[in-house]
Amino acid sequence: MGRFWSLLFLSVPVIGVLTFVCAMGNLWPMSGGSFSFPADHWLPVNVSENGAVIDRLFMFILGLTGVIFVATGIALFFFLWKYDAEKNAEPVKFTHGSHALEIVWSVLPAAILLFIAIYQMNAWADAKLRRPTETIGTTEVPKRPLVEVTGRQFEWRLRYAGEDGEIGTPDDLYTVNELHIPVDEEIVIAIKSEDVLHSFFLPNLRIKQDIVPGMKQFVWFRANQTGTFDVVCAELCGWGHYKMRGRMTIESREKFDVWLDKQIEEQERSEFTPKAGDEDE
Amino acid sequence: MSSTIVDAHAGEHAHRGGVGAFISKYVFSRDHKIIGLQFLFSTLLWFLVGGLLALGIRIQLAWPWEGMPVIGPMLFAGEGGQISPEFYTTLFTMHATVMIFFVIIPILAGAFGNYLIPLMIGADDMAFPTLNMLSYWFMWPAFALIGMSFFFPPYGAGGGWTSYPPLSAVWEAAPGSHWPQTLWLLGVTCVGISSMLGSVNYMTTIIQMRAPGMTMFRLPMTIWAMFITAILQAFALPVLTAAGFMQLLDRVAGTGFFVPEGLVVNNSIAASGGGQPLLWQHLFWFYSHPAVYIMILPAMGMVSDIISCFSRKPLFGYKPMVFSISGIAGLGFIVWGHHMFVSGMNPILGMTFMVATMMIALPSAVKVFNWLGTIWGGRLYFTTPMLFSLSFVSMFIIGGLSGIFMAATPVDIFIHDTYFIVAHFHYVLFTGTAMAVFGAIYFWFPKMFGRMMNEQLGKLHFFLTFVFMNGTFYLMHILGARGFPRRLADPYDYETFSNLQPMNQFITICAIGMVASQIIFAGNFIYSMFWGPTVGRNPWRANGLEWTAPSPPGHGNFDFQPIVYRGPYEYGSPEVDTDYYPQTQPPPDGIEPTGKSEHTDH
Repeated sequence: MGRFWSLLFLSVPVIGVLTFVCAMGNLWPMSGGSFSFPADHWLPVNVSENGAVIDRLFMFILGLTGVIFVATGIALFFFLWKYDAEKNAEPVKFTHGSHALEIVWSVLPAAILLFIAIYQMNAWADAKLRRPTETIGTTEVPKRPLVEVTGRQFEWRLRYAGEDGEIGTPDDLYTVNELHIPVDEEIVIAIKSEDVLHSFFLPNLRIKQDIVPGMKQFVWFRANQTGTFDVVCAELCGWGHYKMRGRMTIESREKFDVWLDKQIEEQERSEFTPKAGDEDE
Repeated sequence: MSSTIVDAHAGEHAHRGGVGAFISKYVFSRDHKIIGLQFLFSTLLWFLVGGLLALGIRIQLAWPWEGMPVIGPMLFAGEGGQISPEFYTTLFTMHATVMIFFVIIPILAGAFGNYLIPLMIGADDMAFPTLNMLSYWFMWPAFALIGMSFFFPPYGAGGGWTSYPPLSAVWEAAPGSHWPQTLWLLGVTCVGISSMLGSVNYMTTIIQMRAPGMTMFRLPMTIWAMFITAILQAFALPVLTAAGFMQLLDRVAGTGFFVPEGLVVNNSIAASGGGQPLLWQHLFWFYSHPAVYIMILPAMGMVSDIISCFSRKPLFGYKPMVFSISGIAGLGFIVWGHHMFVSGMNPILGMTFMVATMMIALPSAVKVFNWLGTIWGGRLYFTTPMLFSLSFVSMFIIGGLSGIFMAATPVDIFIHDTYFIVAHFHYVLFTGTAMAVFGAIYFWFPKMFGRMMNEQLGKLHFFLTFVFMNGTFYLMHILGARGFPRRLADPYDYETFSNLQPMNQFITICAIGMVASQIIFAGNFIYSMFWGPTVGRNPWRANGLEWTAPSPPGHGNFDFQPIVYRGPYEYGSPEVDTDYYPQTQPPPDGIEPTGKSEHTDH
């Protein structure tokens, strides 16, 4: 039976790698069968610049861990196959370890891990620390948000700056769950919550930020493709968490301006225009 | 109780002593072995509950809103047997709560820690037997409180096992946030008291009660792991207990430690304020990250013992293994922030936690290499405990490597709170720890009950569990790479995730197979307990001290004073003709016994 068990453990790296290959290349077997997996089980389409960096880092770690996964898996298989007591009459190698080996397999992983740690810092800083700036007059200030997103059970309330470019003034535009973003521009979004924790997750932009009530936070990105994408809540926010769903339209600046004007016009016609400061604390 | 040595027929004593003696012997027992078995039986029963809760989650994800078979119509007749979204939040909250607080932590520390520590160090019992008894009986208020939470609307806490405020702290925030959430907090506090009592006892026992000759560096890895785990618990748990009381006060007294001002929850204004939700996350993870190691280190220890025994070869790199465990424990205190990379915590602080997190992968890697080194050049016997232990190594590699993805902060932005995380911790906790626990049960069962479990059924149990668990958890990596979020009752309305239902159905079918495979285990366990073939003291020809005691050991454990001459891993030693060399066997003539009088605590 030792042979059988060795092969069972060999199947781990073999099937493990094949699964990832199938996912990346949409090569699922049994297509058309009862468990035909449809296409697209891999990273969703990326439409942002920093997202591409994150994807490359993901693939880099996948390759690196994949090599270690296969190497250790095959070593395990080989030892199980070779040293099976039923087949192997050799006496055991009576050893308590090897100082040299311990050094090698401590230093080598340490170096790899430190390399990954340092290598990724720049992408993290771009995503979370280096907020874009703009110049007002002669001073450089952090770029003002295009839109303020407020999470509440169970919807996204959006507030666009009106003509004055400032959020929190009477000419703001209010929408729910429908986010519009101009393409090829540095976008800053302010996010806050009015009740519990939420998480503002834009899978296609590789953006995720938990929204903490009592804190005002910002996310930023530069989208480089147009289209319509999901806005997901990724932090448990109550029973209706699953339906806290928004849509994001990335479009050209012209189309965006047209949309904004149209929305503002509609809002002004409505008698339910919220007064200034209604939603402020 | 006196530490006199009695025979194994304890039942007769109970009979002679009447009901009172039976209760003091088997119910409110202060014997570490009875307490260990009490923990074992309780946790295995909760394991079943936790598994069934998981199936509830899986059924909803595979066939949303189509209703739960059999029990659905009983529970939710009004909704036609459907799982309501409220109940879905309860399912995953209680699945995690039960598995973590009622299964993994108490089965490792409570069951195996209790049973094995005195036996493996050559002591007659724990240092504080009454404290030990209390550590078990504090689990019962926890069982009762968490059990009760299922009977108060909306039938279980629904704030996630992490219980993040304000969702968990404000009564109006969630349906599950009424009585069940309060009961949940009280229950978890009782588990904390239980663990605390246990850990103080384990530390004292291991330091003070070792047999003569049992130096620290002759301790089996199981004991080292239990020792380090006890230290982790003793130093990290008070923080969770304090945090739990703070959240309790937020709920019942309006203290507002974790609730900021100005919240409008469910159209009503939350009265309290002045708090910070992130404070809870820091306090919670300050315990719950070390708790992750509390949930894996004892498993690593037990696996080391089993692998060495069935490779008939010394453990490769004993001291590096000890230092790795210590390293994991030490670093384990400064990595809690990696649960909070996208929480709104200072991103520069996030970088610090990232570096520490990367480094904690190192001792884990060293351990894997040493296990491979142990197998290399051995004579391998593929017994059931060995198979489970090998699968621990094989699966822990996956769980360890997938951790590097989320340690990398930019990647974590994308995969945080997705099924990639779910895959990762199930690879560590189920295919890792639970496999080690199964291996340990098969390995020490003859000691516990004096009877063997059936090997053929054991191997069938292993094979089915191994196949189905990989079918269940491996594909979750793929879901996670797609960005598939956790805790969504119905994710398929999102365009990005609309195509993932067939894969979830496949996973659910594997999960059902995995749970069903445990019937073989349960049958084997119960049958063998009463009717398995009886064994002598040392059925596996192992070296540890526990194998020199009778099977099962009577009260007081040893019928002789064990004296330890060497470490527990001297398999295949050229000093003797047998391929094992028990710790208590005096060296043959002409070889100087080493370290004989180093420790004479007794």
